Parts: sequence; structure tokens; C-alpha cells
Amino acid sequence: MEKSSKISALYERAIRERWIGKGFLALIAVLAVGYIGFNAKESPSLFFQQLINGLQIGFVYALVALGYTMVYGIVRLINFAHGDVFMVGAFISFFAIDRFELHIWPSKVFPAIHPNLSLLIGTLTTILMTMVFCALMAMTIERFAYKPLRTAPRISALITAIGVSFFLEYFGALPFVFTPNFITYKGPFPTTSWYIKGGIYKLESGVAPPDGSVIFSNILIIIVVTSLILLSILQFIVRRTKIGKAMRATAFDKPTARLMGINVDGVISVTFAIGAALAGAGGILYATAYRQVVFLMGIMPGLKAFISAVLGGIGSIPGALVGALILGQAEVLSAGYISTPMRDAVAFTILILVLLVRPTGIFGEPEREKA
Amino acid sequence: MKTIPRSTLLFFGVYLLITIVVQALISLQLLTVFWSKLLLFGAVMAIVSLGLNLIYGFNGQFSLGQWGFYAIGAYAAADVTFRWTQQGSASGLVILLLAVTLAGLAFWGVGWLLRRVPGLDPLSSFALYLAGVILAVMAAVAIGRPLIEPVTSALALLPSNLALQIVFFLAVLLSGVLAAEISYLFGLPVLTLGSDYFGIATLGFTIIVKVLLDNSDTILGFEEMKGARGMIGIPQATTWLWVTIFLLVILVATRNLLHSSHGRAIISVREDELAAKAMGIDVASQKILTFVIGSLYAGLAGALYAHINGFLHPNTFNFIKSFDPMIIVVFGGLGSVSGTVVVSFIWILVLEGFLRQWLPEGFENWRFVVYPLLLIIMMLLRPSGLMGGFELPYLRQILPPLRKNVKAESTAEAQGD
Repeated sequence: MEKSSKISALYERAIRERWIGKGFLALIAVLAVGYIGFNAKESPSLFFQQLINGLQIGFVYALVALGYTMVYGIVRLINFAHGDVFMVGAFISFFAIDRFELHIWPSKVFPAIHPNLSLLIGTLTTILMTMVFCALMAMTIERFAYKPLRTAPRISALITAIGVSFFLEYFGALPFVFTPNFITYKGPFPTTSWYIKGGIYKLESGVAPPDGSVIFSNILIIIVVTSLILLSILQFIVRRTKIGKAMRATAFDKPTARLMGINVDGVISVTFAIGAALAGAGGILYATAYRQVVFLMGIMPGLKAFISAVLGGIGSIPGALVGALILGQAEVLSAGYISTPMRDAVAFTILILVLLVRPTGIFGEPEREKA
Repeated sequence: MKTIPRSTLLFFGVYLLITIVVQALISLQLLTVFWSKLLLFGAVMAIVSLGLNLIYGFNGQFSLGQWGFYAIGAYAAADVTFRWTQQGSASGLVILLLAVTLAGLAFWGVGWLLRRVPGLDPLSSFALYLAGVILAVMAAVAIGRPLIEPVTSALALLPSNLALQIVFFLAVLLSGVLAAEISYLFGLPVLTLGSDYFGIATLGFTIIVKVLLDNSDTILGFEEMKGARGMIGIPQATTWLWVTIFLLVILVATRNLLHSSHGRAIISVREDELAAKAMGIDVASQKILTFVIGSLYAGLAGALYAHINGFLHPNTFNFIKSFDPMIIVVFGGLGSVSGTVVVSFIWILVLEGFLRQWLPEGFENWRFVVYPLLLIIMMLLRPSGLMGGFELPYLRQILPPLRKNVKAESTAEAQGD
């Protein structure tokens, strides 16, 4: 009698605490970690190389993920077109650099200036200009496509967002707008690489790095530094300024925020603008790292950034960063150890699992259940 | 004797007439191969979109996974008929039949077990179902292997054309059922998500399927699917007759489903989940039922598609294409069966046919610029679709096709935010 009640209590606990599901997840995790660990032991340098690559892509995803997380936090819309803003950012900077050489404009205007200083100022100008362009574009899109649907069902807005996304892609693919072809992105500055093997050495061009070394480039450093700076600025805006307070209030409760005298439409517009500006910067960094732009380049990074935002907890800025870094690692590890195309499948499997196990993500607060 | 309503007679009469006229045009070779294939595509598209309209238009679950199930149906059926025609072996048919049957039994068995365990979370039940299905497939391979030889020789006794038609028909049916079973497995946990998260998760499903098909020869281990190189050598067995029979059966089935109490329950879930629950409707099971039926249609359509050109490539099942049925459903009107069918044919005939034939080169670039714009304008001005309220009398539901006051719901939602 004693024993059977004990068993039934254990059984009820197993059901309540979802033991079977957790065991299933643990099995997947153990298999993945075991597989990667086994391979990592074979060739540790390859493993560390993947980690570095993952860091690079993770920070780019973080920039894009912020736009998703902020927009979703405020208007509950999966802004499908966000990935295409990223693409537009890459293209705008491509034309600015390739056609107009905007990245070295100071040395053209003032020939006496030091070339490195000129490059620095010029690159910052390019980034700023791209960010402003993307922000204006996103505000226009918001005004004409999303705002009229603010009171419509959420799915109508999502379908509109998908429409905007297609429009941006294929409008960009027109020969006189951007181009339907893959084009090589020159990038504002040359790549310099170093390798680590018992110390850090510069990698001369045309020389193969020694076996078992880990390579990193100045692009990685630039991506990490730029992302961290932009993230800090964003965190400052959201936490310390008046508009940030208004954004948080709007995200928390729209009707009440409106009653408190907050211009909700203006706040939403600003949110779109900030998100798009970050995505534009992300587009430049991505294109600089991978040296290629094409009109469909925004879809997959956009979706992955959305996954990062969900993984980190939608509405949370540190969450977006953490989620993006995790996703970046998951992506390069699956690309490295399973097969390259499988990384998309792995990313979406992660998304589905996160949604099932913890829909609020790592940093998200449990949402009030809606009717 | 019960009299048949006029609308029914009219519907079947017109359907028969159209079928015969088109068949005559094809038989007399008045239509070029290009146009007759486009008609087949149109019917296939209509079947996929009808499935999506069930899921999204009638049940309100925004799914982008339709194209993934379409791909599954296409590749499964193609594999069966390929093995029959190219390798002279019924191995695909036998294994698929057994796997589908045993997996169905496994679903039933696990479901029976799970009903005795109330309150089990979706992920745990998913794990149990997955285990059941894996065991069932392994059993199917084990049982099926000795059966391949006798079935092959039995089929070989029939005239070769008849045997091919039988294999094709079974392949189409079984692929549909396979897609439905996979959708059951996938839908059980995923349908518990909210509306837009469900959309993204199903989009993820489509992408995962596409990636797996890209590696079908290496990761999945089906040599003949040839991965990203594209599968060739599939018999071109899909004819106008087959397609119209499937379309008619699906139309009638959809209509009868929607007229039944299940159909009312499905529509009530779209209108208001909470109210439906209060009326005693099992919302979760209605969602899964609709999702499975919709995916069954997608699987059937995929199987028919595979045998139109005899060539399959994973790029056809790219997720960008998965927006096609969604756009058709939106244009045709959410919850409009006739609108979906009409727009599917228009979509295929106009976009693939007329525009490509009549308009100058370079217009192709523009069409993907124009139709997103049309989609956006539609969503802004006429969210109920071009043919929103229109329905043929035979297909018309007794319920109103779409809720009129969208405003009321959204304000309620805004307050809940």
C-alpha cells in the first residue's frame, strides 16, 4: 500500500514536471555535445576556429535581432521585412563605397589628411549614412504598410510584412535598382589576418597558415567592437532617455501609455527607425565579412536573427545578444560538423524546441496569458 | 425518393462539362503540351491551396508549412513510381504501405496510451509519438523486405500500363497519408503555439524539409533522389483525368467536411477559441484535425505534381514558393472554396502562362514587384479577399464565410496586450 502510493506520487511528479520531454531534450543535447566533443578532440584548432567564426556571425545576428525584438515587443508583429532592410543596408553601403568612394571622402576633400584618419572618418560616415537611410525607409514602410493595420488581426499584419519583404527583394532585384546578380563587396578597408599558435602572428598574404593554428581577422574585431558600441548606445537609449521610457511604457501597455500622454504612433515609428538603423549597420558588417551582396541575402540572416530574438527572450536587449551568440555558435558548429546546409535546419529546430519548452526565451519574463 | 438539389446537379454538371471539354481539347491536341501541363499545375495548385484554406481560412491557423508537406508528398510518390518503372521493383510501394499503416497503428496505440495519462505536456507526448513512429518504420522495413519479391512478381503479371496506373494511384494516396501522418506528429506540439509563432515554426518546417531534400542522397540515404542535383526518370503519369478526379473528390470532401458538425467546430475555432471552448468544442483536436487534412491535400497535390514533368528539384520546394498558396488563399478569400480554386487556376495560367507568353522579355522581373504590392493593397483595402463573399451554391456553408467586424476583435486584443 505504502509502496504503490509512493509510485503513484512519483508518477504524478513525472507527468507534472515533464520528465519524458526533458529526457528527450537531454538525449538530443547529449548526442549533439558528444558528437561535437568527439570531433573537437580530433582537431581542437578547427573547433576553436569555428567558435571564432560563430562569434563573428553571432554579433551580426545580434544587431539584426534587436530590431525584431523591439518591434515585436511593441506591436507584436514579426517584421518580416527587417531582413530586407539589412539587405538594403548592405547594398547602399556597397554603392556608397564602390561608386562614390564615400569611405575615403576626407582625403578627396582635404588631400593633406592622413589616409588612415580619412578612412576612419569616411567609414563612419558610410555607416551613419546607411543607418539613416534604413531608418527613413523603415519609417516610411511603417507609415504606409503597417500603421493602417494596427487594429487589424495580427496575421493580416504578418502577411503585409511578408508582402513588403517580397517587394523590397524583387524591387531591389530590378536591374536599374540594385541588381539581380551576386556582386562582390569591396568593403571599406582591407582584411588583415592573424593566426594564433603559441602566440599571435600576422598572416602574410599568399602564405598558408601553419597546421593547427586559429585564424582571425580585423573584420572580427571591427564587428565585435561596432556591435558592442551600438548595443551600449541602444541600451542607453532604452534605459536612460525619455523616448526609451516611452518605448518601454508602450511595450508594456499601449492604451495606458496613450492615456499617460505618450505619442504611441511616434514611439512605434522611432522603434522601427532604430531597429532598421541597427539592421543597416548589421548589413554593412555582414557584407564586409562575407564579401558578397545579393538581393536575397537578407532572408536567412533575418530569420536567424528572429530565432535569436526568440531564443534570448523577445523584448529583451541583452537576450537578443545572448540568443544571437548562442545561435551563431550552433550554426557554425552544425555547419562544421554535420553539413553546411544543415545549419538552417538546426537553427529552425532550435526555434521550435525553444518555443515548445520555454516560449519566453532565456531572458523573457513570463507573459500574462492572453484570452 | 429524395430529390437532388438543383445546385448539386448544376455543380456536378458544370464540373463534368469542363472536364470533358478540356479532355477533348487535350486529346484532339488543340492545346499545346505547355498549356495542358499548365492546366494540370493549376489543378494541383488548387488542391494545395484548398488544404491551406482549410488550415488558415477556415480554422484560422496561419501555416507556412503547406509547401513542406507538398514536397514530402512529391518525393515520396516519385520514389515509389521511380522504383517501379526504373528498377522494376515494388520495394517503395511495399515499404511505404507498411510504414504508413504501422505508423498509423502506432499513432493510434500511443494515443490510446496517452488518453490514460491526462495532463501530459506536448513535448513529452511528441517524444512518445516519435518513438512509436520510429519503431513502426523499423518494423515496416523488417516485415516489408521479404514481401517485396512476391508483390513485384504479382504486379508484373498485370499489363504494364495498368500496373503503372495502380502503382501511381497507390503512390499518390500513400504519399498523401504520409504527409498527413508527418503533419500529425509535427502539429501535435506545434499547434499549441500562438498564431504567428505557429506560422514561423511551420516556415521552419518547410526550410528543414528543403534542406533534407537537398541532402536526400547523403543524409536521408535515398540514392535515387539525387539530392540537390534533382530527381529524374519519374514516369509522367499525371493526366488531366487523374487530376480532375482527385480535385473533385477533394472538393466534395471539403464541402461535406465543412457542412458537418466537425466543420462547424473548425470554423468556430477561427471565430473565437474561447467561445468555442465554452461551447464544449475540443479546440486542440479540431486544430490538429484540420492541420492533418490540409496536409493530406498538400501531400496528394505534391504526389500529382511529381508526375507532371517527371523531374523534381529541391528548389521547387524552396520556402519562398511556400508563400504562393498563401497568396492564392488570401486573394481567393479566406474561407472561400470556390475562390481558392478559381484563383489557383488564374494564378497559374496568368502568371506562368499568359504573362510569360505575351508580355515582352524582362517583365518577369516585374511580376514579383507587382504582386507583393497587390498583396499589400489587398490586405489594406479588402482583407476578405477578391472573392471574399462569393461561393458556388453547392459549396456554400450555412455559416457566414468571414467575420464582419474585425475591429471588435482587435480592440479586445489591444486591451489584452
